[in-house]
This record gives sequence, C-alpha cells and structure tokens, in this order.
Amino acid sequence: MKSHAEAAAEFIKDGERTDWHDETLWFVRAKRDLAAHGLPEWEQLRDWASEIKNHTLSNISQYLTAFEKNANANGITVHWAADAEEHNRIIHKLIKDNGIEKIVKSKSMLTEECHLNEYLNHHGIATIDTDLGERIVQLRQEPPSHIVLPAIHLKKQDVSDTFHEFLHTEKGNNDPQYLTEAARIHLRDHFVASELAITGVNFAIAETGGFVVCTNEGNADMGAHTAKIHVACMGFEKLIPKAEHLGVFLRLLTRSATGQPITTYSSHFHRPRPGQQMHIVIVDNGRTRQLGRPDFRNSLKCIRCAACFNTCPVYRRSGGHSYHTAVAGPIGSILNPNLDMKANADLPFASTLCGSCSNVCPVKIDIHEQLWKWRQVIVAEGYVGAGKKLSMQGMGFLFSHPNLYRFAGKMGRFFMRIAPFMVNNRLNPWYKQREMPAPPKESFGEWYIKNRKK
Amino acid sequence: MSSRENILKAALENQPAFVALPQINLESVINYENLAAQFDLILTRIGGTVEHFEDEASLLARMASHSPEEFVINTITADAEGLANINKMNSVQLEAVDVAYVRGALGVAENGAVWMDENAMVNRLLPFICQHLVVVLKVNEIVPTMHHAYQKIEVNKTGFGSFIAGPSKTADIEQSLVIGAHGPRSLTLLLQF
Repeated sequence: MKSHAEAAAEFIKDGERTDWHDETLWFVRAKRDLAAHGLPEWEQLRDWASEIKNHTLSNISQYLTAFEKNANANGITVHWAADAEEHNRIIHKLIKDNGIEKIVKSKSMLTEECHLNEYLNHHGIATIDTDLGERIVQLRQEPPSHIVLPAIHLKKQDVSDTFHEFLHTEKGNNDPQYLTEAARIHLRDHFVASELAITGVNFAIAETGGFVVCTNEGNADMGAHTAKIHVACMGFEKLIPKAEHLGVFLRLLTRSATGQPITTYSSHFHRPRPGQQMHIVIVDNGRTRQLGRPDFRNSLKCIRCAACFNTCPVYRRSGGHSYHTAVAGPIGSILNPNLDMKANADLPFASTLCGSCSNVCPVKIDIHEQLWKWRQVIVAEGYVGAGKKLSMQGMGFLFSHPNLYRFAGKMGRFFMRIAPFMVNNRLNPWYKQREMPAPPKESFGEWYIKNRKK
Repeated sequence: MSSRENILKAALENQPAFVALPQINLESVINYENLAAQFDLILTRIGGTVEHFEDEASLLARMASHSPEEFVINTITADAEGLANINKMNSVQLEAVDVAYVRGALGVAENGAVWMDENAMVNRLLPFICQHLVVVLKVNEIVPTMHHAYQKIEVNKTGFGSFIAGPSKTADIEQSLVIGAHGPRSLTLLLQF
C-alpha cells in the first residue's frame, strides 16, 4: 500500500486536476459558510450538538440497551457485531437464509469501513450501490473518495466514459442531466426488482427505537420501501437520546455538508411495513476502544458531514484516495489509526494542523488537536519511518543547543547565498514543488540584538 | 459471551463520567415575520414550486385538471376503496405513476421541508417513486424551525415518516445540480390559505 504522501504525489502530477479538485471543494466550503451565517444561533447550535453528543457518549451503554428494547418493541430485529467480519457475516446470513438474489444498497460509510461489498462479492453475491456517486465509482471498481461526494475526484468526461462502457450512453455526451437520466433509468430497474435493501443510519433514537436516513436522491427510500427486507447498518455512536434532538442535528448536518438547509429526504423509520422485515446491525469495530481513550473519544461525536474534508488544505490537494481508508480527510485521520495504527500511521501527519477542520466541525470535535496527539502516540509506539525519526532526533538536538543552532543558521544562510544548488535539489524535501526563499542577511536573533536599544 | 454482551460491557467500562444534557432554549432560535413567505422563498430556492389557493373549490379544480393520459394518484380525494387499492400497489405499478397528490402535515419555514407520515402517503413508496409530487399544505401549519416541528410531530406515531424538501436531486457529477435523480422530477406545493 502506498503511503499518503506517495499516493498524493501521484494525484498532484496532474496540476490542472489538482487545482480543479481544490477549487470545487472550496466552493462547497463557501456554500457551508453562507448557510451557517444565515442562522444567528449557529454557534449555539454547535454547542448544543456537542453537548448532546458528550452526554450520549457518557451514558452510551444505557442508551444502547434502551434503543434495543424499543426497537424490538417496534418489530425491528437488532443484531450486534463486534467487528467488520461479524457485521458482514450477519448480512450474508440474512441473504442466504431468505434466498435473496437482488440487493440494493444506499450510502453507508460503515459498510465501506467493513468492506461489505467485497465480502459479498467473494461469496458470489452482487450488490448494486444506488447513490449516483457511489454507483459511478462502483462501476469503475474504485472506492469512494469523499464520504458525502463519493465521485468528487472525477470529471464529467470520466463519468461519460464509464457510462458509455457500462450503460451504453452516447459516447462523448458529457451533459450531467443526460448522464443522470441514464443512471435513473438503469437504477429504477434495480429498485423495482430489489428484494433486500441495505441502508446506513444517520441518527438512531434511543427513546423511540427508530432511526433516520438522510439522502438527496431518495435512493434509500426507493430501496427500503420496495424490498421485503431492510437492513440498516450503524456504528453505535449514531445514537441520540430523543427525537427532539434531531432538531439540532438535522439543522447542522447539510448546512455543514453542502450548504443546503436540509437534505431532500430525512426519513424516519420506526416499524417495518406489513409483511416486511426490518433489521439493524449495531457495530463496534473498535469504537468501544476509542471511547476508552480520553484524548480521542471526541471523534465518536462525528456526524459524517465532511465539512472538515472540504476545508482541509491537504485533503483538497491530495484527493480522498490518498488516505487509503473508507473515511478520508481530517476526521478519517483520527478514526483510522484506532482501527489499525500501523497501517494508518501516516494519516495524522497528512495535515497542516491549521485548525480549520476544528473551526467548521458542527459537533466541535478538536480535530487538529487529536491529529497532533496521534502523532505523539504513533512516534512513541515506533510507527514512523527511520528517516523521520532520525531527522526529528537531529532537530531535537539542534534546538536544545543554542550555540550550535545559531552556527547552523549562519552556515545555512551562507551556503544558500553562495551555493544555492546545495539546497535547491531533489534531496531536499522542502524544495519539492516550491522555490526556496531568498536567504535573509541576518537571523531574527541578530536583528533583535542590533535593534533592541533603539 | 455474545458480541452484544461484550459491546455493552466495554461501552459501560469505557464511557466517560456522566455529562448532563443541555437545555435547548427556543428563545435563542431564529424566527420569521412571515412564515409563509420564508417557506416559499426557501422551497423555491431548493427547486420546488409553490402555488397559493384561497378557496377549496379552486384547489379541487386544480387537482382535477389533469389530462386522461396522465396516471394520477390523488390520496386526498380518494375514497376508502381507492385508498386501500393504493396501499396494495407494488413498486412495478407505482413506477408508472405520473403525478401523486399527498397531504403534508407540517411545513418548516427555515428549510422548506414538509413532514408527512405513512398515513398521509397511504403507500410508503408513493411520494418517492412517482414522477411528479404535489403536496397540499395549510398555511397555518408552517412552523419556523426544525425544533418547532419536532414539538408538533410524533415521529413514531406511524411506522414511517419523512421530511421532504423539494424534488429528488443530485450533484454527484462534477457538482452540477440535476433535478430528478431517482425520485420525483418536481415537487409542487399547494399552499392553502
């Protein structure tokens, strides 16, 4: 597997596409600002959301029990999965036991986290992703690159080529309206025939034993209301205490995500329709471990709006695939080291620590601080490369010896002046894609001593 | 031990010290001078259309004005037998519906969403699968925000309910907004004064 830096280096080879990716996501971020500024109580809402989530996590075992009891009373079957493997096995068993052949799935980052599609494929079962963006990347056999905008890394031309190949659309017709219409016709055939529908869960309500699924396309509803079995997959952190708290979260979710005032469909499922089966799979997969880590448990407050992706200067210029995980971006860089610290040790370093992510987070997760804390844990656990370890040790030595530091600074400025090629070369990582600054005549320290008395 | 017991045990052991719930004070939440005007503005902005009706007769005339070629399902004027038939329709039959009329229970001024539960939908799939959705709403049923909405609705009164805000849409292809993704290509709101 390529590290974030290696994969990002490949992404930015196409400079024009990098700029376009950057600008597109910044445009979404700007829409978020407009929507947020439209509500005078925005900061109050963020406080409430954060406090409701803190409360819920502090009482999560009770809320889980209450949710299960109320969901059961509603006629929903509740399953518990310790990890991704168990989650996939539960769904596989439902499919086998009911002799299901036609499966549709709306967006669920949890099923991506658990690699459900691959698991089912491996057992000879095909699932059709029905969110347009997810269907596009599914046809291309790519993972989504963004949790809200799964195909944000692709251009119209790419989609047109993909649809020409799989849906036999007109070659070279790049009109989004035309392409969406083709997908509509293609997916409607799958909806009306579907036997089992898999959805995610945006919010689960402990008090009422129901759950809410939000989409703009209506694909979750088309699947769930057609199929005779509806399976909803949720990480346990999706719980909230009461339905009235949805008022806070639904106001924040899309304004933070895309700048919309609300998703087109915010559907509240409480009981299966007559003759239908409704199942919920509650997944741990490392979440109780994260709950037990005071420095990182805040990350379980995340409502998956992706505001932190859209604002992140690193995500916007490196692309979602460079994060090599289901949830990319700043929040993914906190969640994934919990899942596998060694495999994801590079991610907390894929950040400028500028704090923009924390500023836009609707539930006030201290994202950049957690990224910084993960770096310390990862270094302490020995999961950084030898190069980084050595250079950090060198820097540590240099910074703790002032005379040596001043001497090194002087030498550096001298050589940059008389022999710039010594720093302007491929061996210097700071020279990659940028010019080195012109060396100043004196250091700040020297300037200060000279001017102190004036 | 089962996964259920393991998860609950680990959750109990790892959860932090108890934190109280915040008080949601609606005094600090936005309000609008003219709820209907705000609702119109937002719903239009998100791709919906709003028509105003002052009297019942003109509303009924609007609902009866469709050409015979159109497959119209009107849950508002249907009789008991008609409703039972709509309820029994499957996805293949519903897929052919051109226009569906459904009554909304409540409108939200801040975002143009309308709440309806499955009693109003008659068939859960209907408002999602029809080509064009028409929602009838009384003007005095518009509330300022989602907080106010949740004070009025009971989410688990029926087995299913949804806030619907405008027509089905997507921006998954290069962020170009396309109306009519999988669901209705249009949403018309008939506002009854």
